[in-house]
Amino acid sequence: MSSEYLFAHKHILGLDHLSVPDIEHILNTAESFKEISGRSIKKVPVLRGKTVVTVFFEPSTRTRLSFDIAAKRMSADTFSISASTSSTTKGETLADTAKNIEAMKPDIIIMRHPSSGASNYLANRISTSVINAGDGTHEHPSQGLLDLMTVKEHKGKIKGLKVAIIGDISHSRVAHSDIIGFSKMGANVFVSGPATLIPKKIAHLGATVCRTIEEAVKNADVIVPLRIQKERQNDPLIPSFREYASFFGINRQILQIAKPDAIVMHPGPINRGVELEPDVADSFQSVILGQVTNGVAIRMALMYLVIGGA
Amino acid sequence: MTRLQAILLENGRIIDPVNRVDKKASLLVEKGKIKAIFTRRQKTPPLPKNLLSIDLQGKWIVPGLIDMHVHLREPGEEHKETIETGTRAAAAGGFTAVACMPNTNPVNDCQSVTRLILEKAEKASARVYPVGAISKGLQGESLAEFGEMKKAGAVAVTDDGKPVADSQLMRRALEYSSNHNIMVISHSEDFSLSRNGAMNEGVVSTRMGLRGIPNLAEEVMVYRDLALAEFTDCPIHLAHISTQESIRLIRFAKQKGSPVTAETAPHYFSLTEEAVKDYDTNAKMNPPLRTQKDLEAVIKAISDGTIDVIATDHAPHSVLEKDIEFDQAANGIIGLETSVPLTLALFRKGYIDEARLVELLSANPAKILGVKGGSLSIGSDADIAVIDPEYRFVLHEKDIISKSKNSPFIGAQLQGRALLTICAGRITHNALSA
Repeated sequence: MSSEYLFAHKHILGLDHLSVPDIEHILNTAESFKEISGRSIKKVPVLRGKTVVTVFFEPSTRTRLSFDIAAKRMSADTFSISASTSSTTKGETLADTAKNIEAMKPDIIIMRHPSSGASNYLANRISTSVINAGDGTHEHPSQGLLDLMTVKEHKGKIKGLKVAIIGDISHSRVAHSDIIGFSKMGANVFVSGPATLIPKKIAHLGATVCRTIEEAVKNADVIVPLRIQKERQNDPLIPSFREYASFFGINRQILQIAKPDAIVMHPGPINRGVELEPDVADSFQSVILGQVTNGVAIRMALMYLVIGGA
Repeated sequence: MTRLQAILLENGRIIDPVNRVDKKASLLVEKGKIKAIFTRRQKTPPLPKNLLSIDLQGKWIVPGLIDMHVHLREPGEEHKETIETGTRAAAAGGFTAVACMPNTNPVNDCQSVTRLILEKAEKASARVYPVGAISKGLQGESLAEFGEMKKAGAVAVTDDGKPVADSQLMRRALEYSSNHNIMVISHSEDFSLSRNGAMNEGVVSTRMGLRGIPNLAEEVMVYRDLALAEFTDCPIHLAHISTQESIRLIRFAKQKGSPVTAETAPHYFSLTEEAVKDYDTNAKMNPPLRTQKDLEAVIKAISDGTIDVIATDHAPHSVLEKDIEFDQAANGIIGLETSVPLTLALFRKGYIDEARLVELLSANPAKILGVKGGSLSIGSDADIAVIDPEYRFVLHEKDIISKSKNSPFIGAQLQGRALLTICAGRITHNALSA
């Protein structure tokens, strides 16, 4: 990396805003932090005296825990607010909630919110660093980055790989961040799934749309099945989970047309037997738990970088 | 009431397509009426005492503008706008009349609400023409009392804000409207295709993770409405047209001789979906801002006559409805104070001439609604707008007169404005000294 490079982002709102050098720098930083989680005393003083607040307006287990662990391993003080305990149930606006948290002088706010653009909204109104932990169907940048990190770790590179993302592309913020991130880093991204779940203009984000999943998975290096929901907001999307599993589920058979050393990732939580057969989820080709481990390192790197770490 | 002052508008350019007038002349307003129009070479008529003379060299004198699609929010949502503030904003924009949509609370679906609006409008800064509901309570189930509302002063009916989803109800509305000679205005939207949508469905919505509203949500309903108008042979006016295909359908219907008229709003020929970037809720409205291709089709339809009217769909919302998450924010933007400069941009780019501009903003809405105005005929009520087509300004939030400030044009460099507005002989807006 050139010595001229400077990571200049105060907020992490999405991979759309990050350049290739930014992404490379985040991945390199995360790789160097990953070792900390393997120590017997898993703590470094990098964020000592810093305050990290996680605000989750949607339920989450792993992302929230991952950010929390990441912050604590960096010695930050962490606090969390969830929708059920937050003021929004009392009718407070997002802007007021944010300004009140800001008034307590935290250094980083990590937010998950059901509305697309909620993190942008926050970043435009407060001076604290904002890390988007998933906003509506927009982006989930830390997940996109940990996916990139995991692929790079297993394949030694990202450029030139074939990445197949299967399933609900329309409603998946992970898919959006993955498509943007992988195509930015030079991979060839193919998407497939029920046509009801593929946005008509998804090609503009850098993905090639395949009518069958065979086309997408054939010779793929990386396969990412997405979590599926039967319907959303009165919108009929698929007839049944059973039919989905038989036409779009990732099983042993379909895996055979991918590269022999293809890896399978999943953003979790998995609907076993729907988008992913259990024997694939638990096979040697599955790197799903590796993703979770890398998630902590990515989130450590993001927190470190947004508050001015080099 | 004070006695109406006589006003002499001197040496302006009088543009009145209804009377085929476009000439440099002076116009005398006396006792609330247009008394005389005369050039320098013509004999000056006897001028009354206490005459207010205004030199309008280089300015346009046009019939008072008429906005046939405005939400005044009263009764029920007075924190957004009132009849008083909304008509002041109208006057500031050169409008002498506005037609107000019935989606108030209570809904204007009966003569008592129509009367209430008209009573409140007695002291307003512009004429207010209430538009009644097509269906009771805007519920889309049964017909509202068109006859009584018309008798009370309503000029049209619509369920605007919502489509009339039931095609049989729309058929009956069109048929029944003929008994009362009242215009049916359609908000053409197939709600099952647009439900929960936050912006135009396309590249930008995909990138921003926002649920899209496809063009065809408008187009399939435009087709239905055109088919119903042709079938019943009853006039229909299509509100806020925004897509290329809708325009093709309307053009075709007009060629066949269907009794159809259509309007668009300035934002549909001034902005595209790109304006939504960074989740600006002031660029959120329904129908949503579309693509460049649609914008160009709208402009072409304005110049070739497929679109009859430019109406603002002035939709005030306070920060309570707008300064929130994008998908939760209300649809709509204010438009009364920016319609003149945005429409003048079409004139400056050569898409329309001065006469067409006056038709779009005054003559045609008057004709479609069957109301006064739209011309500068001698003896008619003095509803006049004076436009300075050269005036350049940046729109600042603090200068907005409407009670709500939800405009995507705040900060924009604009050219042209209403300098003076006269409604029934009374000056309702005066920016001459400013």
